[in-house]
Amino acid sequence: MVLRIERDHSRFKKIVRGHIKKELRKYITKGELIGRQGKDLVSIPIPQIEIPQFRHGRRGSGGVGQGEGEPGYAVNVGEAGNAPGDHLLEVDVTLEELANILGDALALPRIQPRGKRNIQEARDRYTSIRKVGPESLRRFKRTYREALKRQIIAGTYSFLDPRVIPIREDRRYLSWRRVEKPESAAVLIYMMDVSGSMGDEQKEIVRIESFWIDTWLSQQYRRIEKRYIVHDAVAREVDRETFYHTRESGGTKISSAYDLASRLIDEDYPPSEWNVYPFHFTDGDNWGGGDTELCIELLKGKLLPRVNVFCYGQVKSMYGSGQFIRDLREHFEEADNIVLSEIRAKEGITDSIRDFLGTGR
Amino acid sequence: MNLPAQLERIREAIEAAARSYGLDFFETHFEVLDYDQINEIAAFGGFPSRYPHWRFGMEYESLKKGYAYGLQKIYEMVINNDPCYAYLLECNEIVDQKLVMAHVYAHCDFFKNNFWFSKTNRKMIDEMANHSAHVRRYAEKWGEARVESFIDACLSIENLIDYHSPFIKRRDAEPRPGAPPASEDVEVRRIRSKNYMDRYVNPEAALEEERRRLEERMRDRKRFPVEPERDALLFLIENAPIEEWERDVLGMIREEAYYFAPQAQTKIMNEGWATYWHSKIMTEKILGASELIDYADHHAGTVAVQPGQLNPYKLGLELFRDIEERWNRGMFGRDYDECEDLRERTNWDLKLGLGRDKIFEVRRIYNDVNFIDTFLTPEFCEKHGLFTYRWNEKKGRYDVEDRSGAKVKEKILAMLTNFGQPVIVVEDANYRNRGELLLRHRYEGIELRLDHARDTLRNIASLWRRPVFLHTAVEGKGKLFSYDGKEHQEIDVEESVA
Repeated sequence: MVLRIERDHSRFKKIVRGHIKKELRKYITKGELIGRQGKDLVSIPIPQIEIPQFRHGRRGSGGVGQGEGEPGYAVNVGEAGNAPGDHLLEVDVTLEELANILGDALALPRIQPRGKRNIQEARDRYTSIRKVGPESLRRFKRTYREALKRQIIAGTYSFLDPRVIPIREDRRYLSWRRVEKPESAAVLIYMMDVSGSMGDEQKEIVRIESFWIDTWLSQQYRRIEKRYIVHDAVAREVDRETFYHTRESGGTKISSAYDLASRLIDEDYPPSEWNVYPFHFTDGDNWGGGDTELCIELLKGKLLPRVNVFCYGQVKSMYGSGQFIRDLREHFEEADNIVLSEIRAKEGITDSIRDFLGTGR
Repeated sequence: MNLPAQLERIREAIEAAARSYGLDFFETHFEVLDYDQINEIAAFGGFPSRYPHWRFGMEYESLKKGYAYGLQKIYEMVINNDPCYAYLLECNEIVDQKLVMAHVYAHCDFFKNNFWFSKTNRKMIDEMANHSAHVRRYAEKWGEARVESFIDACLSIENLIDYHSPFIKRRDAEPRPGAPPASEDVEVRRIRSKNYMDRYVNPEAALEEERRRLEERMRDRKRFPVEPERDALLFLIENAPIEEWERDVLGMIREEAYYFAPQAQTKIMNEGWATYWHSKIMTEKILGASELIDYADHHAGTVAVQPGQLNPYKLGLELFRDIEERWNRGMFGRDYDECEDLRERTNWDLKLGLGRDKIFEVRRIYNDVNFIDTFLTPEFCEKHGLFTYRWNEKKGRYDVEDRSGAKVKEKILAMLTNFGQPVIVVEDANYRNRGELLLRHRYEGIELRLDHARDTLRNIASLWRRPVFLHTAVEGKGKLFSYDGKEHQEIDVEESVA
């Protein structure tokens, strides 16, 4: 049945995606339902458009609650209580579902792995039927049906005495078929600037963004590997935990990270077999002294020819000059497998993810 | 649509049970819907058909996702209409259907008998369908995008109505603007007196005072509107230079806003009443032994309190129970109020048995504001652990502020009055003698959200087609915001704008 709401619904979705009525886009709020994935809390975005009205500013008035606590204790205030108690629950969402939600919300294209990197992988799938096989795989229904068919043809079947007795030839067994599946593998190389100017807020942005990128790409590839590189003036490879939690305070030499990434690709991920996705997050404040030139050389000569897409995310920070993205823009105007994205604040994360993954490469 | 036989038998039993307690409702039709259908109807605000607008699609999206991820489920839905319409979710268990039916009958009773609903259109389903047909026709004639954008602008001011106006005659039929005022003469009436007494009976100072008052009144009469107008929607419908179809659409939005207003005005009472009765009907008459656990679970979900939040179902339910108990035991009136012996008060029992009558009376004449004002006692606040909270700037979070009954009541009332929305009036439609529109925010210590206020102003300007001004306060100082069709301005002003 076609619902009457469909028209309104598709119109709303078009507004959210910015296809029509662009003047409403600024009213879109990230109304959230809270979801949970393992220990990490994730929220399932439900966009809402707030029609402007004369209303009171937030926090103005406070409110009334019910429960424990002396004056001065913190109160956890959600939406002002106007719904029955059980309307907000936490839910377990599988990563696959999350990825679908994300893909749906951001209208991300499916990624097409490049042909030469597809590896044919053969797997057995039990989907066909044979006349011989082990008794444990005998299909009762099929067998019975064969017997019935045979008896009807032979004229030995009687409605008054509907007994069906299978004989040896009637037996049918489940069997396998060999399916060849393209198997593709991807590696994500995360690089993060941990120099003094990257604060906790910037790291938080990187963490959230890379979580979603991980989620999306994991669903697109059967095998996915992740490598983490942190750098200030020197680069080193670290584990995931360290990646998100270190804070150093040196200067910044971006070329060190690009050099390391390039060596990783050389050693472990031949581009003929791997889809390579380097992500680099920084506040865009590189040291002078020719390092930027070195970076550009590395990108041009070693990285870009071997990666699917190179994603550069520049997080806004109080200290960084943000010069680096301008340098990159200048040099890579033509290149089609480098994406430059500026992330001004947490709210910019979804837009930035769309920048990175919206290309479908 | 007829209910399946099993549900129909249950419905008859519940209806009989509800009537036996004295509930009095319109005929109620139940429909069984699957979750897509129920989400659709819920997105339309409970109606099977509404005018086309993306906002309903937005509601639908959120309901659909909420349901799909198991985060929320439509609990019950009923429309104030004669006959009442209510919806049951197909996949619910029988015990849920029972609970919902009992709940719905109490809502219907409330719709039919509560005074604040007495002026609502009881054929609203038909009316909504008419609105839908009108808007569709306009969309065909003037273009979908144009009609939709106009509705956007209307929705931006749909809260600027006068919630009490259905019950009060605020003004006589207004002479149309431009009609000559009744009389221009300023004549001070003298009290008849003998010549030699005149000085004392009509002292010059008093006459002078009177003359000034009269003159002021004459000046007021030239002002338009004469009294500041709360119902800005009505004012714009009557006076804005908009096209006929636009006037019609604006009128629909206003009509729908007034239709929904009593539901917001009685949220706590209405839900409390329905919860009170589903609990009573289920536990005393309907519930089967095998359904007890599920019922208890779902009822507990309905009245659950999130830490630090107020659940209207719970608050209303407990207040009705509290009232019933107090009137059963005679815990009201002078003797009780003046009794200071705590033990005597606690054990007070005159065995009056007036509780049931009292709650029926309460559901007839009160709305949330006077309900809370009259029946929220300090004992109640203490028993249920109510407190007020406020934003703590230093710590960047909300803090518990106070637990005294008076403060809690004050805060709840402040939240309920005008639904916690700012009061905005049309002050002058000929501002600066240039046909510009001046609105005034009656500032009561809470500021407006400025980005929204500016955009709303722009929307109003698109209806008024002349510059529009809003007088409000920011950080305690008077501010005058304006939009002239091209750009926004803000000027500091003294508290009063002449």
